[in-house]
Amino acid sequence: MSMRGRLATVLGLFLVAVGLIVWSVAAFLTPGTPGGVMDFTKTHAPGQAVNITAQTVGSIGFGPHPTWVSYLVKDPTTGKWVQDTTWKLPANTTINMTIYNYDSGSPLRNQQLGQVLGTTNGKATLDGTSFSNYNSNTGDGVGHTFAVPSLGVYVPLAGVNGNATLCGVAPCHVNQPHRTVTFSFRTGAAGSYRWQCFVPCGLGYLYGNGGGMSTQNYMGGFLEVVR
Amino acid sequence: MSTENSMKKETHHLRRMATIWIILSVAADLLFMFWIAPHVPPGTMTDTARANQFDFNVLFLMAFPVLIGVWVYMGYAIVNWSAKRAGVPEPIGGPAARGNLKAQVSWIVVTSVIVLFLAGFGTVALIGGKGSGGGEGPNPVWMPAGSAKAETAALTSSASWTPGSNQVLVVQVIGQQWQFTYRYPQFGGFESPKLIIPNNTEIAFNVTSLDVIHSFWAYQLSVKADANPQQNDVAYAKTDQLGNFTVRCSELCGIWHGAMFNYGKVVTPSDFQNWATSTEAANAANTKNLPPFAWTYVPDANGAAGGYYIDGNVTPYSQVETYGAKQPTS
Repeated sequence: MSMRGRLATVLGLFLVAVGLIVWSVAAFLTPGTPGGVMDFTKTHAPGQAVNITAQTVGSIGFGPHPTWVSYLVKDPTTGKWVQDTTWKLPANTTINMTIYNYDSGSPLRNQQLGQVLGTTNGKATLDGTSFSNYNSNTGDGVGHTFAVPSLGVYVPLAGVNGNATLCGVAPCHVNQPHRTVTFSFRTGAAGSYRWQCFVPCGLGYLYGNGGGMSTQNYMGGFLEVVR
Repeated sequence: MSTENSMKKETHHLRRMATIWIILSVAADLLFMFWIAPHVPPGTMTDTARANQFDFNVLFLMAFPVLIGVWVYMGYAIVNWSAKRAGVPEPIGGPAARGNLKAQVSWIVVTSVIVLFLAGFGTVALIGGKGSGGGEGPNPVWMPAGSAKAETAALTSSASWTPGSNQVLVVQVIGQQWQFTYRYPQFGGFESPKLIIPNNTEIAFNVTSLDVIHSFWAYQLSVKADANPQQNDVAYAKTDQLGNFTVRCSELCGIWHGAMFNYGKVVTPSDFQNWATSTEAANAANTKNLPPFAWTYVPDANGAAGGYYIDGNVTPYSQVETYGAKQPTS
């Protein structure tokens, strides 16, 4: 091979190597394909509260991980259930949450999470009854929690009786066994707030915090609070 | 004659370099001392932070002359003894330097003295600073006065704390994926996601975890201690300034590690007591459902053994001392 040919080969291989490195670094730094963003600001009238309806299911029943637990949220425009955990909300606004929990429960790893915190009056309702803490060591335990640590919001979601025929494919219907938890909180200033379930419900994973607990659009996400 | 001139030049070079080095070093140290040193992290919010800031500043003040010495020599050599300047003698570089025993010994002695001094200084600072805010494990070697008494009392239901009593405040830091919560054994053992502590008070942070390894890093307090499951890691700091501080997990602990932070607050002792007693009352119903205060807790039998979290075989986290033997066997 001529000198020019050898140089071209070396240069070509060098460029391929550089390209691979750049691609690898870019792929590492780029977040995975994000889910959609459920925009609650479109339908929000200034000065009014935002109503969010969500459900937690023991197994999503579809997609790449049908056995994983998941949150779903009701699209305020279409009324359809959607598996999105990034919610766009207006700043300094009261959020009225209604969560249907279709999953069974267990004692909390840390019973401190049985305390309702950061909600209006420090209260929530469970099937219509007001409560400020829930003893997960009794009854059907706690299935999941809804928590926004930066806003100080923590609400336990009591579990469904494990002997009942539980919903196995989302979205679940209110005819199926569930518990209904309602509460309100304020969004505060604009910013990105992480929210998550604190029950280690990623079964089969180390300490229960892998799988759905570690994947966007399942058991945690962001409140994108905007002005 | 030419040799004499050359020797004069050598002496001249060394003197010039030394003069430049001294002027720059003194200027850099003075500038640093009065302009930057007061702002060097972690600040002065606790006695530990203040001591660590002082230690960092000593390191900087020692390092600048060394750094500047190397740079001055390098710069001087590039300017004056570049190979392009033909005919200019090389009084220090080249073969002469390789054989310059005096220069070599001087360099080794000076740098050794500096390093040994700093090692001694660091050891004294570590001991005098009650571990410098680092986690000392379950049996701390360096403890502030009154700590053993307060921590022994913390395990009893009669533990208490009052403003102005000069008592050590025991705060338990519990890491879990993905947040820290805090227990206050001297206030009925209530647990909260908020970290509020009183000013002018010695704090004994007892750090543990309910799942994987975390690390409690209260940056402005200059406290950093690993949070390991079934381990109690104790670190001390005496608060010295009102204000907010940042707590971060500094051990990669999973997907939300980056979001595992919160803001703590140093308040006046009376404000702290008001907050603690009101929170104790507000959380009383839930505190009854918590396990009794202990230094470590077992999340569940399978998890504690490093295995997998099995559905239907979960117990609430419990005291090692009290409930350890009662954990499920499978």
